[in-house]
Amino acid sequence: MLKLNHVKKTFNPGTPDEKTALSDITLHVKPGDFITIIGANGAGKSTLFNAICGVFYTDSGSIVLDGRDITMTPDYHRARMIGHLFQDPMRGTAPDMTIEENLALAAGLGGWLSVISRKERQLFREKLALLDMGLEDRMGHRVGLLSGGQRQALTLLMATFSTPKLLLLDEHTAALDPGTAEKVLKLTRETVADNHLTCMMITHNMQSALELGNRTIMMEGGRIIYDTEGEERSHLTVQDLTERFRTASGRALDNDRMLLGVTG
Amino acid sequence: MELSKILSLGQTALELGLMNALVVLALFLSYSMLNVCDLSTDGCFTLGAAVGAMVALAGHPFLSIPAAMCAGMASGFLTALLQTRMGVDSLLSGIVVNTGLYSVNIAIMGGKSLINLNKTPTAFSMLKDFLKDSVPALKGYETLLIALLAVFLVGLFLVLFLRTRLGLAVRATGNNPDMVRSSSINPIFTTTVGLTISNSFTALSGCLLAQSQKSADVNIGSGMLTVALASLLIGGVFFGRKRIPLRVFGAAVGAFLFRLVYTIALRFNMPTFMLKATSSVIVILAMFIPYLKKQYPNFARRMAVRRAGRGPKAC
Repeated sequence: MLKLNHVKKTFNPGTPDEKTALSDITLHVKPGDFITIIGANGAGKSTLFNAICGVFYTDSGSIVLDGRDITMTPDYHRARMIGHLFQDPMRGTAPDMTIEENLALAAGLGGWLSVISRKERQLFREKLALLDMGLEDRMGHRVGLLSGGQRQALTLLMATFSTPKLLLLDEHTAALDPGTAEKVLKLTRETVADNHLTCMMITHNMQSALELGNRTIMMEGGRIIYDTEGEERSHLTVQDLTERFRTASGRALDNDRMLLGVTG
Repeated sequence: MELSKILSLGQTALELGLMNALVVLALFLSYSMLNVCDLSTDGCFTLGAAVGAMVALAGHPFLSIPAAMCAGMASGFLTALLQTRMGVDSLLSGIVVNTGLYSVNIAIMGGKSLINLNKTPTAFSMLKDFLKDSVPALKGYETLLIALLAVFLVGLFLVLFLRTRLGLAVRATGNNPDMVRSSSINPIFTTTVGLTISNSFTALSGCLLAQSQKSADVNIGSGMLTVALASLLIGGVFFGRKRIPLRVFGAAVGAFLFRLVYTIALRFNMPTFMLKATSSVIVILAMFIPYLKKQYPNFARRMAVRRAGRGPKAC
């Protein structure tokens, strides 16, 4: 499905600010995998997603998605195959445009000069109704008027509208209140299951990192320091994970948010 | 003042307002929708005037209008190219094109800075002759009719265009470029399309103004951006948060209102040369008032603290 081979990225090379964000990442994602990714701040989790999405080009190594080498493919081309959700609910939608207009752009149906047809409108309405947030009756409202949770649910719908090969979730519930986060997470799980999506999710919640998905990766200093799935993973506890982190990275996990298991 | 004189003044304000409205609609697309402040507007306006005048002078009164629009499109395309593909800052690319266009415009006008169209047939003079012979009731309204038609067509085009998927993509580019990219659309493409279209309207406006006043000079467009921006912001006061068709209408109304206020000010002996200062002040006020509204409460609180002598000493 997705293959990263020796991917490297250094920011500001040759300056005092030089930072190796990804050092030699090799990762094979199988079709249908749901991978949760954990790690302290600055471990390179988001950078890994940005590399996959094409926010920047990597220094070396290759990225292959579904048999196609996308290492040098521009981000907007990759977007056809990869959905990406961020922590900030504002990033995925255009606030001054209506729900319907946002969906129409994301759906990408019809040619450049086509307008939103009645059939498309009906389709949007049905999809919005599945979110169970009453958005189907507010299709003419500006997205800027929606709450963070509603915007994030809409972004999820937009990112998965034309089923992507890969869905990247970058702490997409971290900025929401616990109740809403729960709801968006449930929607995410359903969307991933219904569409048989391959999915990678960054989380700060070690508990949900173990509960969700079928595989967990731990990152530190731009490397993957622990990768577990199947039998071994099913017996893991949060305690084991923190212990793993200490032995693999040689230091204690000093992130309160991770230890306390704040939703995210 | 007699009624006929007031009407005639109103008509002049309407004519000039409608012609400016074309630039305002261009800015509506580039500034309000695409969120690019296109500083090449002045030069592009003159470019339209120059190309329109020269093509009319060459004996093609009708061809002059599409020719001017094509020239505007080329200029807009260049402005877009500089900021999307050549690493020039968005504002700077407009300034650079604007400066370059000054020479280009003089070159187009055959090295002269003024072109006289007094005896040249144009769409205006031809419609004037036609009205005189066939529809005497509309005599003297040729400028108004052509300007009205142009604004109507451009406004209609904008309303329809902004409903298409390409139009939505242009709007989203000004709103959230990240979202455009994640919708598999290249924002470079939408920026280029938006600026190309908007500059064709600017050039159309220049062409029509030059032909209606029977002369084109190299400074015809100077200050046009500020005048149009003032009109756009005036229109936005009334129709800012409404739906697109109303906002397009508001942009045109803003151009008329601006001209009307200006015409009235002229009646009260304001010298002609004050036009540009007036437009500058309007733009400043339109930007400053919302800012003040947001900042004043904090300012008032700070002053209250200072008066009570509890705050840090002023340094």
